[in-house]
Amino acid sequence: MSVIDSVGPGRTRRWLAGLSQLPVVVICAMCFMALMLFVAAFAQLVQPYAFDHVDLMNRMTPPVPLSGATWTHPLGTDTLGRDLLSRLLVAAQTSMLLSILGTVLGAVMGIALGFVAAHKGGLWDEVIMGLVDFQAAMPWFIIALAILAFMGNSMVIFIGIMALYGWETYARITRGLVLSAREQGYALAVRGLGGKPSRVYVHHILPNIAGPLIVQLTINFPSTILFETSLSFLGLGIRPPMTSLGQMLGDGRDYLINAWWLAVIPGMVIFLTTLSMSVLGDWLRIKLDPSLET
Amino acid sequence: MTALLHAESLRKSYQVGRRSLFRKARRFNAVDGVSLTLERGETLGIVGESGCGKSTLSRLVLGLSPCDEGGVVFDGTPLPGQDTEAWRRLRRRVQLIYQDAAGALDPRQTIRTQIEEPLRIHGLPLERAQKAMADVGLVPAMGSRHPFELSGGQLQRVVIARALTLNPDLIVMDEPVSALDVSIQAQIVNLIQDLQRDRGLAYLFVTHDLSVLRHVSDRVAVMYLGEVVEEAPRDAFFDGALHPYARALLEAVPVPDPARRSRAAPRIGDPPNPAAPPPACRFHPRCPFATDVCRAERPALRDFGGRRAACHRVEELSQ
Repeated sequence: MSVIDSVGPGRTRRWLAGLSQLPVVVICAMCFMALMLFVAAFAQLVQPYAFDHVDLMNRMTPPVPLSGATWTHPLGTDTLGRDLLSRLLVAAQTSMLLSILGTVLGAVMGIALGFVAAHKGGLWDEVIMGLVDFQAAMPWFIIALAILAFMGNSMVIFIGIMALYGWETYARITRGLVLSAREQGYALAVRGLGGKPSRVYVHHILPNIAGPLIVQLTINFPSTILFETSLSFLGLGIRPPMTSLGQMLGDGRDYLINAWWLAVIPGMVIFLTTLSMSVLGDWLRIKLDPSLET
Repeated sequence: MTALLHAESLRKSYQVGRRSLFRKARRFNAVDGVSLTLERGETLGIVGESGCGKSTLSRLVLGLSPCDEGGVVFDGTPLPGQDTEAWRRLRRRVQLIYQDAAGALDPRQTIRTQIEEPLRIHGLPLERAQKAMADVGLVPAMGSRHPFELSGGQLQRVVIARALTLNPDLIVMDEPVSALDVSIQAQIVNLIQDLQRDRGLAYLFVTHDLSVLRHVSDRVAVMYLGEVVEEAPRDAFFDGALHPYARALLEAVPVPDPARRSRAAPRIGDPPNPAAPPPACRFHPRCPFATDVCRAERPALRDFGGRRAACHRVEELSQ
């Protein structure tokens, strides 16, 4: 059938045509996030130096447009003469991976608990929604500081804290969506065909409620990055010799007068990453919600 | 041989509004003491106004929602408890077709995946899906489409095909053609009848459309506010109903030929609130023939030679 045959190439063409109609901001945000994802995956391949390679003869050289800069260190060096570009790449990688891991773990946990609350109802629902309210009411940042200060800083604890950040929104959204999707004809029909609840949830409801959850993911991701960088900035997250964007920012803060680039450059990367992700999230939200489309 | 389906004094009530400290939650009886029997290969049509409990009855009969009182016996065994293994196995023998075919299909899955789904659930050979699609007149190329790419009639065919893959004995049709154009209605009605002839299916056909009912059913049951007020073989029913409500329904069917519109259609007003049904005979406030006994005593469903009606004045009115 000709209609079906033309679906393949037609869809690609439509997709490309749609891409050219995007707002410039969204294209910029997409490019920047693609760059960040590339860095997160391949930082070790593109870094000019090892991120902890010390060169005491070249301390605090400024980045390229400034006088005294050399192309051997395009973004300059820090107080120990470590190449700032290499450090930035590895820091961005660490921050991105931690934030992605934290966001995904939080999302999986929240979505799973949301499904359980909606399916079991009764006491389960009460308890899970109670936990959600509890989590939402707690100043999680302060509690995270306390946990890290008392328990010491292991990677597992740090990731656990990141995962717990924001899970409650997923749980709440999922529960509501599942409760309404369950009463839809298609879900009732599968039950009427003899399908088990797990089949209804996994094969039918989850794909149908994925849109809002993906949007929530993109909204949650920037705040997770900020959460990670804030903790590292305070010296309770990623600590030397490892590095992350927040930790670089915290290190550079002491030299703001005579080497401002040490703090400003990682700060700009944090700013641009969260901004790009927020722009993308906003765009996706409008894209996936027909009622907001103009 | 026992009947395929026998339902005995089914009762189901729903809560209206919230219970508060000072008043009990009000309940209304969606289905109030309905008994019915269905033989193999037979079509029982159920007709009534909106809110008379037709859809609730169809869900009770299938065991999709539990009944408060009474019970359903399917092929000699009582319906198993909801969502048990036995209940799921029983889905292979009883199926439901909805009015809203578009809503009954997952918008994100292809037609073929959805027609094969019951087979996957019950571990049956997937080839049956091809046969079912051919039986309902869907070309195989349709299989790769999504529901939004199909018309209403095609979607209803998909839903019927999905039910047929399991080779059921009984299909409950809950207003299967009401949402369709008249020309498509005819196609689907013919399809439904062909399938019954070829496969020996029994149908419980719920509708508010008397002309469709006349076409498909062997017997007709009229429901009013949760009760069956009349049950009769098709021809006897359409030749002359016993219950005044059933008569009013028959007279309300528009006659296409203006010359034959002899009587003005009876105006019996809007149905009462089902949450607070009138006492005694529930039809008495709207009944042109109501007497004191109708306002005082609830009529039982009485036998009139192969047909049943629940009215005090059947004898007088049929003279």
